[in-house]
Amino acid sequence: MDQIKLSAHSLNLSFGEKQILKNINIDFIKNQVISLIGPSGCGKSTLLRSFNRMHDLSPDAHVKGTLKLDNLDLYDKNISVTEIRKRIGMVFQKPNPLPKSIYENLSYGLNIHEFPKNEIPDLIEKALKESYLWDEVKDELKKPAVKLSGGQQQRLCIARTVVLRPEVILMDEPCSALDPISTGKIEELIMSLKKDYTIVIVTHNMQQAQRISDKVAFMYLGEVIEFDSTENVFKNPQQELTRNYVGGHFG
Amino acid sequence: MSVRRRERTDRILKIIFKATGLATIALLGAIFFMLFYNSIAFFTHISPIDFFTGSQWNPESVNGTYSIFPLLASTGLVAFGSMFIAVPLGILTAAYISEFAPRKLQIVLKPVIEMLAAIPSVAIGFLGIVLIGPAIAKLFGIQNGLNALNGSILLAVMALPTIITIAEDAINAVPQTYKEASFALGANKWATLFKVTIPAALPGLIAAVMLGLGRALGETMTVLMATGNAAALPKGFLDSIRTITATIAIEMGEVPYQTTHYFALFAIAAVLFVITLVINLLGEYFANRFRKFHA
Ligand SMILES: Nc1ncnc2c1ncn2[C@@H]1O[C@H](COP(=O)(O)OP(=O)(O)OP(=O)(O)O)[C@@H](O)[C@H]1O
Ligand SMILES: [Mg+2]
Repeated sequence: MDQIKLSAHSLNLSFGEKQILKNINIDFIKNQVISLIGPSGCGKSTLLRSFNRMHDLSPDAHVKGTLKLDNLDLYDKNISVTEIRKRIGMVFQKPNPLPKSIYENLSYGLNIHEFPKNEIPDLIEKALKESYLWDEVKDELKKPAVKLSGGQQQRLCIARTVVLRPEVILMDEPCSALDPISTGKIEELIMSLKKDYTIVIVTHNMQQAQRISDKVAFMYLGEVIEFDSTENVFKNPQQELTRNYVGGHFG
Repeated sequence: MSVRRRERTDRILKIIFKATGLATIALLGAIFFMLFYNSIAFFTHISPIDFFTGSQWNPESVNGTYSIFPLLASTGLVAFGSMFIAVPLGILTAAYISEFAPRKLQIVLKPVIEMLAAIPSVAIGFLGIVLIGPAIAKLFGIQNGLNALNGSILLAVMALPTIITIAEDAINAVPQTYKEASFALGANKWATLFKVTIPAALPGLIAAVMLGLGRALGETMTVLMATGNAAALPKGFLDSIRTITATIAIEMGEVPYQTTHYFALFAIAAVLFVITLVINLLGEYFANRFRKFHA
């Protein structure tokens, strides 16, 4: 039986008066890669960011509905957002290493969550290996992270997330600022991370969605129009809108 | 209007603009020249070694001792004291305004703090005499509250608007993406502020401190009114002091023209000029680095 890792039910989200997400109901299965696709402005990032509560930072965001990680209510007043963000990591569209060294970019989160000091170097090495970055940076861990190439920076950002051993990783167009070779490496990385993590990724690249995802959700104007296996969404979409979008006849 | 007349107006305007520009530069050059010309005259009377290493500023005595040391120590002491107060206060205030204050409060706070810079220094000196001085005297059980501590507090008040304004710009300019990265890793607001935002804003914060320090070093009226004016080597913050600026302001009016004493005042002014120049240049240097960093 497939285990539901992350879910949203009756999720409505508005910024001030403007409603952005409309009655979203979606379940993400453990150890799958799920792609969110849809035209610009349809609310993909907004949906993604509601899971790790990044909207807490904007005072005019109002979230209604139930979001769950396993059986944990993510918006429960009694649980700490810090803990949620440790369990649900996030990788952003533009690589955003902290203005610190490569090593410190990984130790930062470990220190925040008070991992034992003596375990930190090993955890960092392991995460860098899993992110296919170790061989490239092992001799220059003290180097400022911004000196890395864009693709390396993005793998560092993934490593920085992985090092905390989250359960879910949210990725918002992680390859949109990268060249095809770096993109290939990240895709390979995503496939290998799948066995340990549940990954929700926003992408505008239809080929990418087909290559990496188990399931695909198509969003339009704040609603999930279709959510099905990758095969069905691309080969046999049930909705007219989906067919037009994946067929490239859009807007 | 004929073409020729228009060309003539053009030419005249150009000359006027050039002249005003050159006048400013000339003025600066003249001040510079005057300071150093008179300082050199001073050093033909008194050796630089005595000037920098002696321990007494006492031009009125029979053979007049001219050591900048007690004045420099006074200036350094109040400047240090004022920064000790103003730097943490200024940076934390800036951080609060930029990162924590609700938008409505932000809109009120910023102009109010900038207005603080418009208070005339005489008024702040007055505050030191009637309010802070007596309070210090009472608090420490001493007779006279007009001392280095008083001066430090007042100079801190005067340097705060500069520090807060520039520091706030620096903190505000830290890219949102850094903060998002930190939050997404589970850091709270405080960890993000102290471990990410402030380090990223550091060059700008250093610039803020330098420019605030420049302001404190050059200030005259406040320290003249509120620090007791004793030109002796201070032993601590509860001693009365007399800064370089106050010394010049007090003595320049009475000193006979072109005496050693007269030249000595130019010499100490030149020293102060060099110090503030270096500090302002450092401030500019860091401010530029910080702009480049965020370009
Ligand atoms: N903090 C915010 N305040 C107000 N409106 C916002 C905010 N964030 C997003 N929006 C609005 O919400 C809508 C959905 O934005 P969102 O970023 O989720 O779209 P998206 O599907 O990720 O688009 P893209 O593919 O271009 O990244 C947009 O109209 C946007 O203007
Ligand atoms: Mg987006």
